[in-house]
Amino acid sequence: MTAATSLITLIALPFLGSVIAAFLPSNARNREAWVAGALALGALAIVISLHSAVADGGVVRLQLPWVPLLGLEFSLRMDGFAWMFALLITGIGFLVVLYARYYMSPEDPVPRFFSFLLAFMGAMLGVVLSGNLIQLAFFWELTSLFSFLLIGYWHHTGAARDGARMALIITGTGGLALLGGILVLGHIVGSYELDVVLAAGDAIRAHPLYLPALLLILLGAFTKSAQFPFQFWLPDAMAAPTPVSAYLHSATMVKAGVFLLARLWPVLSGTQEWFWLVTAAGLSTLVLGAYLAMFQQDLKGLLAYSTISHLGLITLLLGMNTPIAAVAGIFHIMNHATFKASLFMAAGIIDHETGTRDMRRLRGLRKALPITATLAIVASAAMAGVPLMNGFLSKEMFYTEALHTTTPFPLLGELLTYAAVVWGIFSVIYSLRFIHGVFFGPPADDLPREPHEPPRWMRFPIELLVLACLLVGVIPGRTIEPYLHTAVQGVLGEATPEYSLAVWHGFTLPLMMSLGAMFGGIALYATLRRFLLNRVDGPPLVRLVGRRIFERTLVFLSWRLARPLEARLFTWRLQRQLLIMVVVTLLVATAVLWGTDFSLPPIDWSAISPGLALVWLAGMACAIGAAYMAKFHRLAALILLGGAGLATCVTFVWFSAPDLALTQLMVEIATTVLLLLGLRWLPRRIKDARSTVRERSRRLRDLVIACVAGGGLGGLAFLVMTRPLPDSIARFFVERAYSEGGGTNIVNVILVDFRGFDTFGEITVLGIVALTVYALLRRFRPAPESIQRPKQQRLAAAHDDAHAARPRGDSIPQHMLVPSVIMRLMFPAAGALAIYLFLRGHNMPGGGFVGGLTLAIAIILQYMTGGTRWFEARWRINAVRWIALGLLCAAATGLGSWLFGHPFLTSHTRYIEIPLLGALPFASALLFDVGVFLLVVGATALLLLALAHQSIRSHRGQGVPAPTVSRKEKS
Amino acid sequence: MEFLLASAIGAIVAAGVYLLLRARTFPVILGLGLLSYAVNLYLVASGRIAIGAPPLALEGATEFADPLPQALVLTAIVIGFAMTAFVVTLAIKARMTLNNDHVDGKE
Repeated sequence: MTAATSLITLIALPFLGSVIAAFLPSNARNREAWVAGALALGALAIVISLHSAVADGGVVRLQLPWVPLLGLEFSLRMDGFAWMFALLITGIGFLVVLYARYYMSPEDPVPRFFSFLLAFMGAMLGVVLSGNLIQLAFFWELTSLFSFLLIGYWHHTGAARDGARMALIITGTGGLALLGGILVLGHIVGSYELDVVLAAGDAIRAHPLYLPALLLILLGAFTKSAQFPFQFWLPDAMAAPTPVSAYLHSATMVKAGVFLLARLWPVLSGTQEWFWLVTAAGLSTLVLGAYLAMFQQDLKGLLAYSTISHLGLITLLLGMNTPIAAVAGIFHIMNHATFKASLFMAAGIIDHETGTRDMRRLRGLRKALPITATLAIVASAAMAGVPLMNGFLSKEMFYTEALHTTTPFPLLGELLTYAAVVWGIFSVIYSLRFIHGVFFGPPADDLPREPHEPPRWMRFPIELLVLACLLVGVIPGRTIEPYLHTAVQGVLGEATPEYSLAVWHGFTLPLMMSLGAMFGGIALYATLRRFLLNRVDGPPLVRLVGRRIFERTLVFLSWRLARPLEARLFTWRLQRQLLIMVVVTLLVATAVLWGTDFSLPPIDWSAISPGLALVWLAGMACAIGAAYMAKFHRLAALILLGGAGLATCVTFVWFSAPDLALTQLMVEIATTVLLLLGLRWLPRRIKDARSTVRERSRRLRDLVIACVAGGGLGGLAFLVMTRPLPDSIARFFVERAYSEGGGTNIVNVILVDFRGFDTFGEITVLGIVALTVYALLRRFRPAPESIQRPKQQRLAAAHDDAHAARPRGDSIPQHMLVPSVIMRLMFPAAGALAIYLFLRGHNMPGGGFVGGLTLAIAIILQYMTGGTRWFEARWRINAVRWIALGLLCAAATGLGSWLFGHPFLTSHTRYIEIPLLGALPFASALLFDVGVFLLVVGATALLLLALAHQSIRSHRGQGVPAPTVSRKEKS
Repeated sequence: MEFLLASAIGAIVAAGVYLLLRARTFPVILGLGLLSYAVNLYLVASGRIAIGAPPLALEGATEFADPLPQALVLTAIVIGFAMTAFVVTLAIKARMTLNNDHVDGKE
């Protein structure tokens, strides 16, 4: 496997696993964990194998053409920095899967969990490995989406739903801003390819659009990484299962924001704007997060605010505009991921074993959970930045930078130093709360559950991560340094500064700051311990309004603003909606055509052929008559509608559209039958004595609107027809129909060959409509007054009853005897006609549509003349199967061209000599047309038969209570 | 000839729109049917009208009616039929569920 193919495999593996996990049975907890674990481990192995390719500044690229015409490619790119992130995502992902195997309860729908988790992993890998910024934004939104699903995993709790929704809205909105920023960036550079963008740093910084681009991109990054003032979504996301928190807060999701800051650091940083915006956000988040973390009573809440604080640190380091600070930031990304993941897992174990996360109730757990306690203590020490831990190293680098940074204002430099120390003190205090409060002191005796050490393998991920914290902290040079170097080179390239990761630098000022913060923190903790323990959840002095603003905005948008708008602009009344739609359409059309040259050519009365004029005289009369009769004389209106349809049909013949005429004729028959079948179930209208003035004025208004619409479209049609035809693409089809499509019927060749894909879509729609109608009619329960048999049937039954010799129900078949015999005899002829029309379609008027309709009508004629019972006793038409077969046939023809290396639906033409019939066109398009034919037969038959079938179904229920009907339906 | 076709289209549209604005489901269904006739005719007309020139690439044929609108309209006719079937079913279903045939769902 080459490096490039490894990349695509790496991205595909988690998504593949997600699909597999989704389809596993819900009680297969082990199997899902095995699948997820194996795939995560496989992905991790791929990442590790790629190290040699990215070490020393190497870059692995893979570009697959996607829409080459638009210059769009699916572009993957892995450098050292992306490699480091991929390692964290897959490595910690694997550990989280292992942990979740033991954490999740058997009652939880586990397939969903692993499916989302793997998909989230894939999306995150997509973010870090995208070689194209638009693609990055896509995966970015995908992480928002999957984190929403993961946070809301326990959707029966309100907290999970609210937390998930808030996370989605905040990070999703940020994602939109990011997309905007990327578009601006792409506009500046002229390309969205990361390689090109990264090489254009100077041009970007000098461009007048730099600031808008920067603002938008920062908005995306800050919302994702929970930077002040967007930090409030992160604590609420704690409603997620703990493995999810451990994953979201360490290696993924919130790290995506700082990933982006570091990724674009070479092109966006180095300016005053960058410095002020990023440093300000980072610094306030750093201090605020640590301050708030001290006052949490929920274990996970404490960890969440500490995450916010540490993300602030990373942001701050990236904002300081010096390469060495950027190195510290990247280093801290890795360190934070390791200790925070292990701490969340430890918190999860405590929650699991004791049944609570409230620090006011937890104490003395050291005795019951000795190993977990040790692990958590070491990880907390790393979080506090105790020497010989990995957290210490990056903290020292931060202190060094805080002391040495040069800002335009000396005061700011000092502020930075003090803030750094204060942050150190706060960090020590909240870490101590976690360690001392939870594990030391007398054991609690009022816990919901008696705690025990968790299973061996549930602890394993924590052990591994804590070991990493220690190793990196003690011997950084031999463990992390080469990998950190790889990652830093990925971001800084040539500008990589000299730095050293030694544990011991001598008695320097940063070390003094560290020690001062540590002792200060311990002293302050000792003083404040009681105060902190007895408080309600939440900090003193600071009241954050971010969440409240968010909630108010949401209420305003979805309620205060929406309700009046709905009341004013919306109506539930369809009649009114249609009226508004027609009027608006008329207004828009008028506005568009305003000022157009309306000079009409003189009407040449002599050219009008009297024949067609007569046809249309009748046609127009039919249309207007249908409108007049529709309310009270529905059958008459239906017949008149058919009259207008026939006039349309004749017009098609007249104006050289034989295919249309054939189709219209068949559809006309089918529509009439359909409406007749439907008419039976709609209530009849009896003419009222008088209509009110209001009703009459409404009718007059509608009449005026209708006349304006008719006059408008008629006038438009006249204008269009009397203007010369511009050179259209029709010539293309006319010239190539025979030479390339192999058929002389140009319309048919367009349908099945040139525009085959459109036709494929259309027959799919047809199939869907037929199935929908079928489904809608499944629970058929007619209105009480339509259950009664029609008058004609009742008369016939009465006649039968009056004559003793006649069994009831004999009359109607006798009435229909002659037509039904004729129709039975005619069926082979009708079928042959259908096949004839279908076969000649490629060269002469005909084709799949017409042929299919013809066959369907032949079938429905049997139904009409023979009667429902006769037909259903003898014929078995599985119309659904015809639809499926037709669609499969058309799709298979299209896919077949792939076998020969051509795009979907490329056709192949050949004439085959068949005895007796002569040369027949045998194009692959013919097979496609077979699909059209089958589908049209199936869909039309299903539509008509489903409706026709209701007549016997409702009679079965006649006089019998409804349950009988529904029982029959089930059988 | 153009004038005749245009006035036919106009008359059908007028009847169709009037029916579309009615309160009962059946007239609305008929209105939709009439409107689809008019729209199909209009589309064919937009390719200009030709007499005795079917779009068949037979030997010796030099004049062709525009095949493109015809191909569009051919599927439109079939889809129009499906739409009518759907609306009819919807009307029946609404009648059963809501116990009236007003398009608003209530009298």
